[in-house]
Amino acid sequence: MKDFKVLNTRAPRIDGPAKAVGKAKYADDLTMPGALYAAILQSPLAHAKILNIDTSKARKLPGVKAVVTSKEAGLVRYGVSPARYDETLFAHEKVRYVGDEIAAVAAVDLATAQEAVELIKVDYEELPAVFDMFEAMKEGAPQIHDEFPGNMNAEVHQEFGDTDAALAQCDLVVDHTFLNKRQDAAFIEPHSCLAVFDLDGRLTLHTSTQVPHYVMRTVAMVLGIPVGNVRVVKPYVGGGFGPKCEATPLEMSAALLARTTGKPVKMNYTREQVFLHSRARHQFYAEMSLGVMKDGTMVALRNKAVLDGGAYTSFGIATVYYSGSLLGGPYKLKAMKYDGYRVYTNKPTCGAQRGHGGVAHRAAFEQLLDMTAEKLGIDPVEMRLKNIMATGDVTINELDMSSLGMKECVEAVRDGSDWKNKKGKLPKGKGIGMACGFFVSGAGYPIYRSDTYHSTVVIKVSEDGGVATVLTGSAEIGQGSDTTMAMIAAETLGIPLSHVRVVSGDTDLSVDLGAYSSRQTLMTGHATKEAAEQIRNAIASYLAEEMDCSPESISFSDGIVKFDGQPGNFQHIRVQYIKEHRGWTDPPSGEYLTFREAARLAYLKGGTLVGTGKYKPPRLGGSYKGAAVGTSPAYGCSAQVVEVSVDMETGEITVDNMTDAHDCGLAINRTLVEGQMQGSLSMGLGECLFEEVKFDSRGRVLNPSLGEYRIPTALDMPNVKSIIVESSEPHGPYGAKEVGEGAIMPTIPAILNAISDATGIRINELPVTSERLFMALKNKENA
Amino acid sequence: MKTIIQMTVNGELVESAVEPNRTLLQFLREDLDLTGTKHGCGLGDCGACTVILDGKPVNSCLVLAVQAHGREVLTIEGLAENGNLHPIQQAFVDKGAIQCGFCTPGMILSAKALLDENPKPSELEIRTAISGNLCRCTGYQKIVEAVQEAATVIDGTEVSS
Repeated sequence: MKDFKVLNTRAPRIDGPAKAVGKAKYADDLTMPGALYAAILQSPLAHAKILNIDTSKARKLPGVKAVVTSKEAGLVRYGVSPARYDETLFAHEKVRYVGDEIAAVAAVDLATAQEAVELIKVDYEELPAVFDMFEAMKEGAPQIHDEFPGNMNAEVHQEFGDTDAALAQCDLVVDHTFLNKRQDAAFIEPHSCLAVFDLDGRLTLHTSTQVPHYVMRTVAMVLGIPVGNVRVVKPYVGGGFGPKCEATPLEMSAALLARTTGKPVKMNYTREQVFLHSRARHQFYAEMSLGVMKDGTMVALRNKAVLDGGAYTSFGIATVYYSGSLLGGPYKLKAMKYDGYRVYTNKPTCGAQRGHGGVAHRAAFEQLLDMTAEKLGIDPVEMRLKNIMATGDVTINELDMSSLGMKECVEAVRDGSDWKNKKGKLPKGKGIGMACGFFVSGAGYPIYRSDTYHSTVVIKVSEDGGVATVLTGSAEIGQGSDTTMAMIAAETLGIPLSHVRVVSGDTDLSVDLGAYSSRQTLMTGHATKEAAEQIRNAIASYLAEEMDCSPESISFSDGIVKFDGQPGNFQHIRVQYIKEHRGWTDPPSGEYLTFREAARLAYLKGGTLVGTGKYKPPRLGGSYKGAAVGTSPAYGCSAQVVEVSVDMETGEITVDNMTDAHDCGLAINRTLVEGQMQGSLSMGLGECLFEEVKFDSRGRVLNPSLGEYRIPTALDMPNVKSIIVESSEPHGPYGAKEVGEGAIMPTIPAILNAISDATGIRINELPVTSERLFMALKNKENA
Repeated sequence: MKTIIQMTVNGELVESAVEPNRTLLQFLREDLDLTGTKHGCGLGDCGACTVILDGKPVNSCLVLAVQAHGREVLTIEGLAENGNLHPIQQAFVDKGAIQCGFCTPGMILSAKALLDENPKPSELEIRTAISGNLCRCTGYQKIVEAVQEAATVIDGTEVSS
């Protein structure tokens, strides 16, 4: 089956050398002659009326070139989802969290801009604020947005089957609650951008983003620039993980200031501002009940979610839907009810982060599964295998598992971890746990309602035929999408990977919705494949004409062309090529016609050789309210087994071993797939064991630094046994699907289940610091 | 008031006038245009700005440019020779130790400082040596493998030459 030359290998990533020698340019590495530097004034109060803004002193400071507030920026409302446009570039009337943007200053250098920001005088009338999501839902709580009484940002109610009736018929119903903590994505590169207008009013915005396309649209809308006059260019990006999935006040301020001053404007967030902008993982409260039969058959799930959204919506509507929809699989259920509430609080806004909306509820559910299995006396692995979905199954909420190697993943981690010899057999203080999960391979619908293609790709062959350049708006943010597209193009064209170049991340090149919802391998991959096929077919057709044979008899592989598997009589093409390139150092040679000669012939016959590809998913999902969220052309899935040691005296947890299996369909690049798997586990481990954004009583982030907000270091992560499971996905290019987010789904619950195995204690609140576990151990002793 | 400083950067003598509060990171990135050294936090937390100062890895955001006066600085740009990747760089490429690449320069220089002192480090020694360099993408495993690979390659080269 796998007769690939380029795909499914461990080809080194194409941007590796540039990154290894420090030549890869990130947004903050860009400079422009005459550029101004800008800074933002942010609210020091969590909730307050703005009575007056006096910018006069700031404007008078030598070196200041422009000061902008809502007066200059206007009040165009924006956000991620058009259903909840609840932000303006700068706060007017009131501020809603510590960090809400009020003004921006451009000056000759950063120090001057910062000094000017300090000189802006804002008169506030402080309002009562609310920081806890449950408090915010209470009657009489401070109202954060007038349009949303009770601070209810979004509410979801879905039911599939009759859940109450199904639960009533179950032999056993087990309840569980779970609370995670607000996480920060903690990418190492803070947001940075550089905005410049040309003389005819065209904006070019270089920015550290995951989604050039959406940034282009939002900036155009907010600043009133025709969308065709906005070009967003993404240089290399130092990680995103979700929070770089939307247009930021940084980008819009820079663009506005560039327009105001007529000069390039550069802006960065400090690390603290990254925490304040946030848009990272929500805090979720989960309350769920699982009903099963004695033999372990799962019947019904009741699931409730409360999300602390912070001050604005961001991706929140999708998030609160995902917390429900992503429990539709990978186990068969006869009934499922979901009630979700996303609540405004006076804190930085939460948004999408790796495993969007699904991670906390997956953690709760997989714990609940283990609790249920324990009560039934069934091995957790067997319990899962008994209920598992397989290729072709459709979830109760109408998600189509067109390929699903879930069973294979469970078996792989069971065997890979030696589960059978460890579960129930480890000494006290040692534990083993497992969990599963699945995730979309690209959201089935764009964020705004549209018939747009989700990805288009242009491939252009150089006139000598030697290089195919893939032009795409897709976003390489470290996951390796440029390499993936290069490999798909090379395989399809039948040329070596080194003959493909990729130019990406630029809205002028093609339409691409960007790097979110684990979509690019499947969607941009499809478009890349189609563009390459078009070129291959064009070459074949010109060659057939020239050689007087049928196009079907021509094949391309490894950079050479065969006719019915034979060299064919191509000498006249070679002679012409060599004549045209007399004196060049690399004349084509060998027994077979090269791709280069064939592509040159096509150029001579038809002009510059260009292929275009496009992709959008077919209509997916059910017709109930919110059915779109969770749909995808394909789903990746994974299973993990984690082994821990717990110091029973101190509650300190060490993760000793992790075994991870992921079904990504065809692994386009095996090294990159493992990279996504291992990175996901690391982020999940951090969230589980120590990450928590903390606030003081006035809504100020207490730990806005990578010293005080601790993410895993090399000493925290064990080596992971990574097992790639490859199903064949009918809707993926060459059978490929996601790996970037599904892999984080089982991590937290697998660790929690292992801790429970080691200690007999169910922890239902993250992070499981040694303090938390120590207290739980003490309480158990005293009970 | 500016101070005149001299230092060797990647083998070349550099002379410049800097403000006393200018960090080595700012000096390298903004004055010398050596943007391979990254700014991730400015607080010494993340290690993205790691350079080698007189053989020791330092967070260049915590060193003032004037403190580097008379000393030797190696940045990521100074590691490859004649266009050939240094064995650590090559191993990072080959082993998939690079994803977004933002931590990579600092990570490679921390690894270099380690291997210069300890050519055959244990896995724990490698993990300890890079524990001040945060990476959010990789989970560190492939980075550790790359450093191990580089150690073997460097060791092999020295034996054969």
